[in-house]
Amino acid sequence: MSDMIEVNKLRREFGTLKAVDGISFKVKEGEIFGLLGPNGAGKTTTIKMLTTILPPTSGNAKVAGFDIKKDQNSVRRSIGIIFQDPSLDEELTGRENLEFHAILYKMGDEQRTEKINSVLKLVELEDKADVLVKNYSGGMKRRLEIGRGLLHEPKVLFLDEPTIGLDPQTRRHMWNYIQKLNAMHNVTLILTTHYIEEADFLCNRVAFVDHGKIVALGTPTELKNTLGGDVVSVKTENSDLLEKGLSGKGWIHHMKKHDGFIDLSVKEGEKKIPEVVMIAQNVNAEIESISLHKPSLEDVFLHYTGKTIREEEGSWKDTMRSRIVRRNR
Amino acid sequence: MNMDTNAIYVLWLRDVKRFVRAKSRVIGTLMFPLFFMVGFGLGFNNLVHIGNSSYLEYLVPGVIGMSLLFTAIASGTAVLWDRQFGFLKEILVTPNSRTAVVIGRVAGGATTAVLQSILVVAIAIPLGFTLSSNASLLIAVLFMLLIATTFISLGLIFGSVINDFQGFQLITSFFTFPLFFLSNAIFPMSGMPAIVQYLSYVNPLTYGVDGLRGALTGSASMPLVLDAAVLLVASAIMILIAAYAFEKTEVG
Ligand SMILES: Nc1ncnc2c1ncn2[C@@H]1O[C@H](COP(=O)(O)OP(=O)(O)O)[C@@H](O)[C@H]1O
Ligand SMILES: [Mg+2]
Repeated sequence: MSDMIEVNKLRREFGTLKAVDGISFKVKEGEIFGLLGPNGAGKTTTIKMLTTILPPTSGNAKVAGFDIKKDQNSVRRSIGIIFQDPSLDEELTGRENLEFHAILYKMGDEQRTEKINSVLKLVELEDKADVLVKNYSGGMKRRLEIGRGLLHEPKVLFLDEPTIGLDPQTRRHMWNYIQKLNAMHNVTLILTTHYIEEADFLCNRVAFVDHGKIVALGTPTELKNTLGGDVVSVKTENSDLLEKGLSGKGWIHHMKKHDGFIDLSVKEGEKKIPEVVMIAQNVNAEIESISLHKPSLEDVFLHYTGKTIREEEGSWKDTMRSRIVRRNR
Repeated sequence: MNMDTNAIYVLWLRDVKRFVRAKSRVIGTLMFPLFFMVGFGLGFNNLVHIGNSSYLEYLVPGVIGMSLLFTAIASGTAVLWDRQFGFLKEILVTPNSRTAVVIGRVAGGATTAVLQSILVVAIAIPLGFTLSSNASLLIAVLFMLLIATTFISLGLIFGSVINDFQGFQLITSFFTFPLFFLSNAIFPMSGMPAIVQYLSYVNPLTYGVDGLRGALTGSASMPLVLDAAVLLVASAIMILIAAYAFEKTEVG
């Protein structure tokens, strides 16, 4: 399979801030590729560059075989994008938003009506099609945006935080659409998210983005395997003591200390718990709790960056709140 | 160059649809001209005569020019709203030239501004305003289009360069009021100091109002062809600058 997207040392600075700091990756045709990282990691900036609405400071990329700097119009003809922030005209109806989009992509009259109807069906907005968008709920608006992104049958579809601000049920629904889309139309999808489960569930391959750099890249399974086994998570007030006691033990693949926890990557974790408890007693570290789980992408992210994506949730809530306020206007 | 007529059409259609739907907003924009015509027009009508015209006859074309100027420049806020609500990204990521987007916006804004001006004429008639002939309305529409195009482009320039609403308000009123007062819209320039007269002659609105006056009442002070030519040049220059400014604008 050929490469649909080829990114080569792409950088973007805002003043002194390196929002995207030299990232490179490739996405194959028909793949669902994810950029996972906390707020401010540089995901949106990357998408903006790949979709030609923001010029890179340096580096380059090809999308659907076209150079994003030299051949912008060809790139634009090949792509669709669902922006992170709202991008509908709320004074128009849902159908009008789709019609305008179709005309902007030079779709013929007949094809237009037919595609609009099928897209409305796909995103389940047929009975709301002629209602002004300002009367839509947040989930309906998001579905309309997704439908609009598909309308002109792009080869590559960019989804920037497709499920942000949606309730869990709508999010599930959205995941189904996205999978259906990929399977039925063989669209190459590149999505950004800060939801671990979303990346895990949807993506064939995931790149972890932090401070404008890709810190790890692979299939979700590959990434989880890098930790080597299970994660044993110990909560203790004396984490320094326990860390000292555990250091040098051959059966611990990795050890990471974060906010009162020590996370150990070990094979057959359930058998190692007694030993951990014994070592803790020997070094006089009092254990508050101990838990065992299969590694999630969150654990892998923690391993590579020293922090969890959730630690950033506070600022995310603010972003989401402002998004919701804007949506409700 | 590929003119992307589809994009021009969509942006035009969008403005027209919004105009037709926003009835209360349209009525609101008619209030100011109405007060002007009633307050000044009827108030001074028996006191002031300008040339052979009654003051109301003199004033109505001026009020049309004024309302075109104000609504046209304010229409630049559409760029700010679109940036704010994200629709600008949706337009700019499509395979269409930005020049087409500017032309579509100007076409849409000019259409609605002309519709509004025709409504002003319709309000003026029951107040005692008489059209010199029905055909003259057609020539007046041409002048309305040229005035609207010139000042919508100016609004778009501000909308492309300025990112916040307060800044936009400040800068546009800094331009709008001098353009209004340094024109022949509500009184002739002949009694004014020389410097003011000179300034009024570099103001496109002066030629626009004079053209409207010639068309609607048959009492222009300059040849209509000259008025039209000056406005044509002014509007072309303004569109070019607007296209350039919009080309440079950041999506945000
Ligand atoms: N237009 C801009 N001007 C200045 N800084 C920006 C701009 N856009 C993004 N940034 C900054 O660049 C960094 C990356 O932002 P972004 O790409 O939006 O991250 P993400 O999408 O991963 O949350 C952030 O620190 C953000 O504040
Ligand atoms: Mg983002």
